[in-house]
Amino acid sequence: MIEVRGLTKAFGKIIAVNDISFSVRNGEMFGFLGPNGAGKTTTINMLTGLARPDAGTIRIAGIDCSKNPKAAQHLIGVVPDESNLYPELTGFENLCFCASLYGMRKAGRQARADQLLETFGLADAAGRKFGGYSKGMKRKLTIAAGIIHAPPILFLDEPTTGIDVASARRIRQLIAALNAAGTTVFLTTHYIEEAERLCRRIAFIVKGRIVRTDAVEDLVCQTDGRHTVQFTVSNDAARLCQKITAEFPNLQCQMVTGGVIRVESSGPVRVGSLVRLLEDCGAEVSEARKVRPSLEDVFVRVTGIEAGTMKQEKEKAGKGDGA
Amino acid sequence: MKSWIAFWNILTKDMRSYYLKPPNISWGVLFPLVWIAMFSIRSGLGMESLPDLLPGLVALSILFGATSVLSVTVTFEKKGRSFERLLLAPISLELLMLAKTAGAILFGVVNAFVPILIASLLTDLSAVKWTILTPVVFLIAVSSTFLGLFIAVSVKEVFEAQTFSNFFRFPMIFLCGLFFPIEHLPVWLRPVAYVLPLTYGADVLHASIRHAGRMPLTLDVGLLAAFCGILFVASLRNIRQKWIA
Repeated sequence: MIEVRGLTKAFGKIIAVNDISFSVRNGEMFGFLGPNGAGKTTTINMLTGLARPDAGTIRIAGIDCSKNPKAAQHLIGVVPDESNLYPELTGFENLCFCASLYGMRKAGRQARADQLLETFGLADAAGRKFGGYSKGMKRKLTIAAGIIHAPPILFLDEPTTGIDVASARRIRQLIAALNAAGTTVFLTTHYIEEAERLCRRIAFIVKGRIVRTDAVEDLVCQTDGRHTVQFTVSNDAARLCQKITAEFPNLQCQMVTGGVIRVESSGPVRVGSLVRLLEDCGAEVSEARKVRPSLEDVFVRVTGIEAGTMKQEKEKAGKGDGA
Repeated sequence: MKSWIAFWNILTKDMRSYYLKPPNISWGVLFPLVWIAMFSIRSGLGMESLPDLLPGLVALSILFGATSVLSVTVTFEKKGRSFERLLLAPISLELLMLAKTAGAILFGVVNAFVPILIASLLTDLSAVKWTILTPVVFLIAVSSTFLGLFIAVSVKEVFEAQTFSNFFRFPMIFLCGLFFPIEHLPVWLRPVAYVLPLTYGADVLHASIRHAGRMPLTLDVGLLAAFCGILFVASLRNIRQKWIA
C-alpha cells in the first residue's frame, strides 16, 4: 500500500531523513518509533505531500507520489501531531468543512459528520466551538476529521501525546477499530507500549535512519539466546539472590523489588531446582514465570536510547508548544 | 466538480469566519466615511468636490480592505497549522489559493462600492462610466488581494504581515497618482510610481469617474492584469518553496 525507497530529506546541513526504505502492507498498522528529531514527522510530511523529498521514491496504492504529491491525496487521511482544526467553527462545522475539501456533497458530509461525532463520543459537543474543547476532545475530533472521507490509508502522527489516560485509551481503541475495519494505518509514536499494543510491524528510526524494521512478535522474540525467569518470593530477596548466585554460578540473579528476583541464563532455566533452593532457604515462592523481553528492552538494545528519556523529552516538547 | 465543492466551501467558510464579522463590516462602512469627511474638511469645497475625491476613496477602500484581512488570516492559519489541512486536500494549489483569495476579492469589491453608494446619495454621479468602473474595481481588488497574498506568504508572524502590508500600501497611496498627478513627483520617484499596480488602477478610476485618465485604457487594464498574474504566480512559487519545502 505504501512503498518507500531511498527517501532522503535535508534541511540545510542537517539530514532529517537519510535514505530510508520500508513498505506498509494493505490493512496493516505500521509503527514508526523514534525519539524527538528522529525524522518521524518529516517522513509523514513527505508521504502526505507537505514536504518535498530530496531523493527517493514514494508509491501510495501504486501511485508514484515522488513527483506529484497531490496524486494520492484523495486516498489518505492525516492526523497531525497537533490538533489543527478551526477554533472558530463548531465540531460539526469543522467535520463538514473537512469533508467538503474532499468534494463530499452537503447531505453526505452532514450524515458522515453526525456518524463520526457519535462514534467518537462527541455528539453532545457537536454544536460547541472547537476552541473550547478539552485536549482529549480536540484529538478525537482531529482524528475524526482525518477519516471524514473514509480514506483507505491513515497517517497518525503522535495521536495520544499530551492527553489524559482515559482519552488516550479511548483513542487507541478507536484506532484499533479503524484498522480492524480495513484501514491501513501508519502510526508514529514515542510511546513504546502504544506501538507494541497497536502495531503489527514497527520500524525504529534514529537520527533519520531506520535501524530496524520487523514484526512486533519477531522483535521481542530475538533475545540473543537469553532466558529470563522471574520469581515472586515472600521475603528477603537480596539474601536469596546471593544464595542463588553462590549455588548456581552460571546464572545471573538480580533483585527487581523487595519480593521479586529475576534470574537470567544463556540456556533454559531449571525452575524446579531453583524453587527447591529458595524453599530450603525458608522463602515461600508464590510465582515463577518466564519473562519475555518487552519492546522497550528491544528498543533500548537496538537504538541505545533509554525509552524513559525519549518519553520525557517528548512530553516536555509537547508542553512547550502547547500540544 | 469535487474541486469546485471544495472551492465554494473554502470561500464561504472564510466569508463567515473573517469577512462578515462585525468589526470588518463596520470597518468597510466607517473607513470611507472618515475619508470623505477628512477630505471634505481639508479641501473646504463641500460636496461638489466629491467626484474628484471618489477615485482616491474607492482605491483606498479596496487596497486596505483586500490586503489587510487576507495577509493576516493566511498568516494566522499558517501559524495555527490549519492551513496544512488545505494543503492536504486533493485540489490543485492554484484552485486552493484562488478559493482563499476569492473572499478578499469580494470584500474589496464590496468595500469599493461603499464610498460610491455614499457619494451617490450626496452628489450627482450620472457622468460616471459604470462599464469601465465596475470591471476595474474588480481588477484593483484582485491585484490588491494578490498583493496581500504575496505579503502573507513572505512572512511568518501576523504582526509582520501588518508591517509588511504598510510597507507597500503607504508609498503606493502617495505615489500612484490618486491625490496628485505623477508628473508632479520628483523625476527620480516617477519610475517607482510606474511599477505600482495601483498607478494603473487609479488612472482608470480617474478616467471612469472624472474622465481624466492620463494613459490609454488598454494599457492600464493590460498592466493591471499583468500585475495580478505576476503577484499570483510569485505567491504560488513562494508557497511551494517555503510551505511545501
